[in-house]
Amino acid sequence: MTKSKRQEFVREVKKSKTLLLMILPAVLIIFVFAYLPMGGMILAFKQFNYRDGILGSPWTEGIFDNFKFFFMSGKAFGVTLNTFLYNLSFIAVNTVLAVSFAVVLSEATGKRFKKLTQSAIFLPYFVSWVIVGTIAYNLLNYENGVVNGVLMQLGMEPVNVYADGPIWRVLIVLFNAWKGVGYSMVVYLAAVTGIDMQLHEAAKIDGANIFQRVRHVTFPAVVPTIVTMVLLDVSKIFRGNLDLFYQLIGKNGALYEATDVIDTFVFRSLLETSDIGMAAAAGFYQSVLCFVTIMVVNGIVKKAQSEYALF
Amino acid sequence: MQKRNHGKIGADTFCFKIVGYSILCLFALLCLLPFFLIIASSFTSENYIIRNGYVLWPKEFTVSAYQLVFQNPVRILRAYAVTVFVTVVGTALSVFINTMTGYVLQRKDFKWRNIFSFYFFFTTLFSGGLVPWYILCVKTLHLKNTIWALIVPTLVSVWYIILVKGFMRSVPEEITESAKIDGAGDFQIFIKLILPLSKPVVATIALFSALTYWNDWYLCMLFIDKKELMDLQYLLYQLMGSIKALREIASQTTVSVSSMPIESTKMALTVVATGPIILVYPFVQKYFVRGLTLGAVKG
Repeated sequence: MTKSKRQEFVREVKKSKTLLLMILPAVLIIFVFAYLPMGGMILAFKQFNYRDGILGSPWTEGIFDNFKFFFMSGKAFGVTLNTFLYNLSFIAVNTVLAVSFAVVLSEATGKRFKKLTQSAIFLPYFVSWVIVGTIAYNLLNYENGVVNGVLMQLGMEPVNVYADGPIWRVLIVLFNAWKGVGYSMVVYLAAVTGIDMQLHEAAKIDGANIFQRVRHVTFPAVVPTIVTMVLLDVSKIFRGNLDLFYQLIGKNGALYEATDVIDTFVFRSLLETSDIGMAAAAGFYQSVLCFVTIMVVNGIVKKAQSEYALF
Repeated sequence: MQKRNHGKIGADTFCFKIVGYSILCLFALLCLLPFFLIIASSFTSENYIIRNGYVLWPKEFTVSAYQLVFQNPVRILRAYAVTVFVTVVGTALSVFINTMTGYVLQRKDFKWRNIFSFYFFFTTLFSGGLVPWYILCVKTLHLKNTIWALIVPTLVSVWYIILVKGFMRSVPEEITESAKIDGAGDFQIFIKLILPLSKPVVATIALFSALTYWNDWYLCMLFIDKKELMDLQYLLYQLMGSIKALREIASQTTVSVSSMPIESTKMALTVVATGPIILVYPFVQKYFVRGLTLGAVKG
């Protein structure tokens, strides 16, 4: 029995030889860059030194020492909360703006107007976060930033934005919207333009005004896309966007309390303070948190409305 | 209002459009404004910027910032070369590997397609995190200060593979089957028959991947400290951060350090680093839109 099974396996491998070779590069790359690091998570329980490497480095004395260190640092709760709240704000603000813009664009009649506004709003998606950081600095810096220039011309006191943490809670959400709304808008627009025009015509004949049509024809058609997009974002709610936070805040310690997320904390612990054990523990904690979130969210969705489940 | 009502547009539509268009236009303007600011400031004299801040329209027009940037352009051209190389090679490899993988994974006669699909998909659910990944790249793979550090880590994207799988399902299976009967190998079928039929999805992946490589600064910051291997975005980041580095450029030129137009030079550098993206944007935008439309269908 087992022998014939093995024979069959060998035959199958021979038959699919080329296909297996064709996926080999991707399988190897994913193995090295995604699966090996999963094994490397044991670092969270080790006192790492570069000489002995991941496997050779000694274990910490108590098994959870690195975790203790991380949770006792007083940072764990703050960065987790920041990550969660920022992502929540991003989801809310970007979804509302993107869906509204898509609806307005779909009702617009001027072809050129449509094209120009869509191009303008989509444009920031294409520039790097380095450029976004530069733009932010040019707008906001104390010496010759545009915003302070305007404030002074209006006879108001200039604000030293780069020393004021709480302001960034709003600014970060705004910059994220500036860069990301165009992308989501295009996705929603695809859903809106897929609507059968006859539905709109029928609603008009029934005497529906534009708000009623948007509410009862357009909106229901976009809901599945909204749900999918929001679910994808919610499943990543404990993953901070390092690009955004690093380029806007960088190494400005005065702003950390208001703007530090798990990813920036791990990044700094790894590369600047070389607290590798703690960085690994924080990363371990984040990976598990993300995995649990996605499983729970997907589980709930599957039960409530299985066609929306991610997998 | 009265006049509008006279036409076919009702009051409700009128309100909706006034409010909607206003907000939409305002946001669109906000999206464009920073780009005007950068371009205008790069052509404005340093004195004017220091006295009055950045501008939306060039004042005291000058190209001295660009002269400075291009007087001794070795470092910038070098960074351009690195970015162009990484973008071209990275995109070509990425398109090749991801489409090939996507093709195999949707072949119904491939027995292990579900196992391998899960193998890829699982990495989107769970990841080992930055620390072990970084140490692996540096210590085991010795990627530090090699050009491959900027290419290989982002080569395979599960999202692209899913996109390809979804698209290729719409390519009739009979094509593969009849070619097989004619004695063509699987790889040949993929290259000669399937790829040419998959131009839309190839274009989409190529553009997304090119954009990712062009805009990367993160891999460069993690792995590169040799000046010759620095890419454009990271060079820009460094120059923005340190006036010292700008002075270094100036010291290789005839401009005296004290009269160096620092603010406008920063803007000119930003223009130089973003220029190509803005220039190709009008032509490639539609492919991105199409790609997102493909992606909106769950894979």
